Amino acid sequence: MSLGPHADFIVAAYALTIFVIAALIAWVVLDYSTQRRILGDLEERGVTRRSQRKGQ
Amino acid sequence: MPVIDLANPTRFLHVVNRVLPWLIAATLFLFVIGFYRVMGAPDDYQQGATVKIMFLHVPAAWLGMFGWGLMSVAALGTLVWRHPLADVAGKAAAPIGAAFTLICLVTGSLWGRPTWGTYWVWDARLTSMLVLFLLYLGVLALYWTAEDPGRGARAAAVLSLVGAVNLPIIKFSVDWWNTLHQPASVFRMGGSSIDPALLTPLLIMVVAFTLLFLTLHLAVMRNEILRRRVRSMRLQQAQKLAEASA
Repeated sequence: MSLGPHADFIVAAYALTIFVIAALIAWVVLDYSTQRRILGDLEERGVTRRSQRKGQ
Repeated sequence: MPVIDLANPTRFLHVVNRVLPWLIAATLFLFVIGFYRVMGAPDDYQQGATVKIMFLHVPAAWLGMFGWGLMSVAALGTLVWRHPLADVAGKAAAPIGAAFTLICLVTGSLWGRPTWGTYWVWDARLTSMLVLFLLYLGVLALYWTAEDPGRGARAAAVLSLVGAVNLPIIKFSVDWWNTLHQPASVFRMGGSSIDPALLTPLLIMVVAFTLLFLTLHLAVMRNEILRRRVRSMRLQQAQKLAEASA
């Protein structure tokens, strides 16, 4: 597959798109594990949500 | 399960946890097919291989606008029904929409240089898309800097509704004003003006990117619900400590 005389522009466009989407995915995954870890710590210390206490 | 049950954050999380793996698999599958078709797509008779940038630029432009449309609908849920999930949906769509709008602007600029001879012109389509990106930054600033999340959410919802005026301006800018940007060529009266050899991979990429947007949106909504639980539990913990020391 030849990208012709403007290959740099095409490669730059694909590289930037992959970079932005990879950064977005990394942020989502890291944020999820952070929130799960904090919730786990709070529950270990006996802190519960109001709705959880009502259900007990 | 009735649809109304999804309005409950706990049930919503349960559904998201079950749906996300399937969405991720469908997104990956479509991207594999999409990139395979993109690599085999012919060059344009005028633009040559630079037409390959279209397979990123068009889906990104669509999703930049779709994201704001989603935020506008969510804003109605926040302001009219004051439903917490509506605010979660709006807040989750903002960074994803901003990312796709940025991709649209930069890939458009990289496509414009070899095609038009310039990276940027202040014409109606390009400028209205830049305005959309700035609006996204404004909404993100409201969400991330407000001390009271409720007030931040309402302010962001108002800005989302006001900013929705920009969506028809972006769409019809190429018809209302003289612009360097080409007129509508995919969705237009009388059918698409793009050859099927380029249109088919383009539509596959549009669906793949849309599934990626929805996957990320659900994942960010899940994170936001967990963040609100953390905040609520910390507030309760602080309240207990204050009562114990009083």
